[in-house]
Amino acid sequence: MGKKALSAEPPPLHSAPIDLAAHPIAMRLNGGVLAYLGKVAAVLLKDVRAELRGREIFSTMTAFSVLAVLIFGMAFDLRVPRAEMIAPGVLWVVVLFTGVLGLNRSFGAEVDRGTLPSLLLAPVDRSAIYFGKMLANLIFTLATALVILAVMFFIFDLNLFQPYNLAAMLLGVIGYVGVGTLFAALTANSRARETLLPILLLPVMVPVFVSGVALTAGVLDGKAWEDLSQWFGILAAFDAIFIVVAYLLFDLIWEDA
Amino acid sequence: MRSTMPQPRPVGWRGIDLLQLILSALAVAAMTVSMWAALYYAPPASNLAGDEQLAQRIFYIHMGCNIGALAGFLMSVIGSLVYLIKRDLDWDRVSQAAIEVGLICGMGTILTGMFWAKPTWNTYWTWDPRLTTSAITVLVYLAYLLFRNGIDNRHTRARFASIYALVAFLSVPLTFYSARIFRSIHPVVYGAENVDAQGGFSVGPTMTQALHINLIGFCILFSALLVLRWRQLRNEDAVAELREEIA
Repeated sequence: MGKKALSAEPPPLHSAPIDLAAHPIAMRLNGGVLAYLGKVAAVLLKDVRAELRGREIFSTMTAFSVLAVLIFGMAFDLRVPRAEMIAPGVLWVVVLFTGVLGLNRSFGAEVDRGTLPSLLLAPVDRSAIYFGKMLANLIFTLATALVILAVMFFIFDLNLFQPYNLAAMLLGVIGYVGVGTLFAALTANSRARETLLPILLLPVMVPVFVSGVALTAGVLDGKAWEDLSQWFGILAAFDAIFIVVAYLLFDLIWEDA
Repeated sequence: MRSTMPQPRPVGWRGIDLLQLILSALAVAAMTVSMWAALYYAPPASNLAGDEQLAQRIFYIHMGCNIGALAGFLMSVIGSLVYLIKRDLDWDRVSQAAIEVGLICGMGTILTGMFWAKPTWNTYWTWDPRLTTSAITVLVYLAYLLFRNGIDNRHTRARFASIYALVAFLSVPLTFYSARIFRSIHPVVYGAENVDAQGGFSVGPTMTQALHINLIGFCILFSALLVLRWRQLRNEDAVAELREEIA
């Protein structure tokens, strides 16, 4: 590059309007942020629509979570005098275990129905698939979490619908599905998908679990924001770090597909 | 890497694998010196008595194992990153070998720590941040090995395992910080003082020497195991490739 090239006027990027349908590569890369968000929304809406028609994920997750809360309630009722002592742990264990069910179906259903190749053929950046799937999982898991809170309200007679607790659940579940969607994609094609995902996911989720339990316990103890803020900090840091890392690594998963 | 005609292995003294011999001898020597330093050379701690006095000698081995685990997990990150950039399966083998050796060292750290904790803390286990983090780290890397075994294609396996190793490694510091906010009773021998620590002791010059001997000794052991395992994995892949060619 000489001086001439630098001083010369840059050539126009697109001399003629591009016919998007005829240029899948251009469609994949061009369009700016809004178009990208549109692609994310398309993947998200596809998952939500499939769920509304098939009612596969949400119903399973809800049934399992209600069952799990009841079993925990029965198990601890014999030994624990006050429900406040175990409620935070029960809440987060049930959320994490239930989440695995939904995450497994997220890519597992695509593999089982043979629709994964078509999804990958879509002329969008792979990260758009990641974010779309992640948001769909976020919606399913949050909806289930609300059901869990409602069941716990009746079984343990505890009102956990408090702003700080809801904020903690939102941040925790964002981090959870952020890593979970990446791992679900990693395990989708392996032989022991259903058993492998929790083994991969749960140890990595320890920071979310510990902070979540501490936050819910803090809310139940009526602690002030100053005592809770560092836990929120950990959750926010977890979400930020892992969503960025997942965004960077997601492209590598199906590079040979 | 492979010639079409497999070379017959030389017999007699030429058949001796020199690298393996040297590495094994070095590791044995290093471990002998380390054990001598930990059990004999290091002086007893001045402020401890009874079982605690005996148990404090495990500290040198505990730290040695710990350095091996740390080296292994750091090495696995390097191996995974370089694999994802260069796509050379040798680096994936580095990562696998490092994690296997690191796991052994990590389990050694936990076991030695538990044997030390029983006389000192009067319990084998507590949810101290370091204990929590070490246990979770070992679980994460056990999951890594299970995950690898579930994938058939050699390159897919390397790629997926590298992705998982990177994500998993990033979660370790967060696990530590989240567990740290709970009160800690683990003694901090180097660095900041922990006022709540129980069973700690200050390190004199002879103890420092013994500790350094152990750290170097375990580094040598770690390197020997890593190189040998790496070569073994390489040979395994070569054999698998030959099998595929025949089939």
